[in-house]
Amino acid sequence: MATSAAQQAPTPGAGAPPAADDLPVVRLRHPWRWVSYGVIAVLAAMFLHSLVSNPNFGWDVVGEYLFSVRILDGLAKTLQLTAIAMLLGIVLGVALAVMRLSDNPALSRTSWLYIWFFRGTPVFVQLLFWGFISALYPSLSIGVPFGPSFFETETNALITPVVAAILGLGLNEAAYLAEIFRGGIQSIDRGQTEAAQALGMKRSRILRQIIMPQAMRVIVPPTANNTISMLKTTSLVSVLSFPELLYAAQLIYSVSFETIPLLITASIWYLVVTSVLTVGQYYIERHYSRSDRLEGLGRFGRLAALQRRRTVTDLGQDAR
Amino acid sequence: MTAAVQPMVEARNVHKSFGHLEVLKGVDLQVAPGEVMTLLGPSGSGKSTFLRLINHLETLTSGRLSVDGQLVGYREDRGRLHELREAEIARMRAQIGMVFQRFHLFPHMTVLQNVTCAPIGVKGESRDVAEQRAIALLDQVGLSDKVRAYPQSLSGGQQQRVAIARALAMQPKLMLFDEPTSALDPELVGEVLDAMRDLAASGMTMIVVTHEMGFAREVADSVVFMDGGVVVESGKPEQVLRDPQHERTRSFLSKVL
Ligand SMILES: Nc1ncnc2c1ncn2[C@@H]1O[C@H](COP(=O)(O)OP(=O)(O)O)[C@@H](O)[C@H]1O
Ligand SMILES: [Mg+2]
Repeated sequence: MATSAAQQAPTPGAGAPPAADDLPVVRLRHPWRWVSYGVIAVLAAMFLHSLVSNPNFGWDVVGEYLFSVRILDGLAKTLQLTAIAMLLGIVLGVALAVMRLSDNPALSRTSWLYIWFFRGTPVFVQLLFWGFISALYPSLSIGVPFGPSFFETETNALITPVVAAILGLGLNEAAYLAEIFRGGIQSIDRGQTEAAQALGMKRSRILRQIIMPQAMRVIVPPTANNTISMLKTTSLVSVLSFPELLYAAQLIYSVSFETIPLLITASIWYLVVTSVLTVGQYYIERHYSRSDRLEGLGRFGRLAALQRRRTVTDLGQDAR
Repeated sequence: MTAAVQPMVEARNVHKSFGHLEVLKGVDLQVAPGEVMTLLGPSGSGKSTFLRLINHLETLTSGRLSVDGQLVGYREDRGRLHELREAEIARMRAQIGMVFQRFHLFPHMTVLQNVTCAPIGVKGESRDVAEQRAIALLDQVGLSDKVRAYPQSLSGGQQQRVAIARALAMQPKLMLFDEPTSALDPELVGEVLDAMRDLAASGMTMIVVTHEMGFAREVADSVVFMDGGVVVESGKPEQVLRDPQHERTRSFLSKVL
């Protein structure tokens, strides 16, 4: 060991033999890795055994409900709710982030206040508030501020459980996304903005064409994370009697008392969708890091660039 | 406004402060159309700040600064200065090219997209026209084979030449260079200076902040030496560089030559 270390050292010490070009490399051994694999394998086997042998899991019931109409219906509602709430969150979040960074103090303070409020209270409480909004404002109207109104309606007719769920989740999400977007925008070097300004671009164009495409690399991973989180947070909406995945499962086990199997059924679907989202995240991230690759268009251009680069490194090695 | 040629850039008693720090303390200078002026001076003397005032990346504190007869950032109306709107400032900047020390290419765009994005987006040129001119400009700076490359895969010298092409694509009437070769490895400086030399020969009005004395001597029509936020000395390159009148100029030149 000692001699091989000395041979590999970049500066040959006194008395070290002259370095040959093709000495065999002895790989470092990791005996503890094998021990840890063994321990984990035993624990996993015990757990798997309990899964199969413990009848309380009720796998037959899981299999019965996994593709049942009511569960699939709940799943569809969960997916729709996640998509719409995220969409609302993204649109509002971008607006809040831009407001927050605006020179206009009225806008940036409003944004700060919004984020402070919606991040500062539990989303569960916010959902309940939207659910019981009619207790606060029995009717809603459109008209002159403090003056006559042209249009008036019952709050309950407007804020249905679906609307309450979307508002509760989307408005809360916007506060978190606004901070993610702001961080992304601020991570881009000021020189980018100045170079774009020097070319005569206006602020809105700079944001759209120069800043955002670059900020996306910083924004996508946490936003995907929040999307996955949102998928599961939709389960809170069961308190509004909105029939998403968890509520569908609850409705079934409230009658059949097969609680555990139905919770497992719902969990399986959450896991499946989360996995699909994770794959999607991979492709979106890859899209926004395309400038790491050598050439823009065409496989052949890229190949040529790779070959050129290889030639350069070959030459470099020859020189050494 | 007189019968003489209107200067491309005219600064009169230009002051600029950042908070309590007064960076420019009354700068006066003129750049004629087609003139190449090099701006010399020690670090911190306010050279970058002055360049950035010209395209309104900084706002001046007092004094008058005009480009091609138009006040920078303001409109004069009945004895008052009115701040310009964003669109008016952008229109003015579109006519002034700027090249930065650290290139600031757009990393998410290919070389071609970098050069065409402003002509298409700001001037409303068609893609065909913009791409044709971009390719001609890239050819001019010796990068016609890099059209589809991303900036990251280019050397510093290549990136700076793309930045020059990007600025020229807007067909500016004035080009500002802020130490365009200072971030480059020594062996890459020449290719960028060559591109600037060609540009000067084509008659472009240029203000170049640089420490490249060879460029100042051979290419520039005039040399301005700044120190401590004022113009200490200015004149023909042979005069200022060979026979400086002020002690401060002499000591600066003895350090960089
Ligand atoms: N945005 C800024 N805020 C505060 N101080 C600044 C700013 N920009 C430049 N300065 C200061 O102004 C002085 C002149 O800077 P600069 O114009 O960059 O000098 P030069 O380009 O000649 O080296 C320096 O002391 C610098 O610290
Ligand atoms: Mg500078």
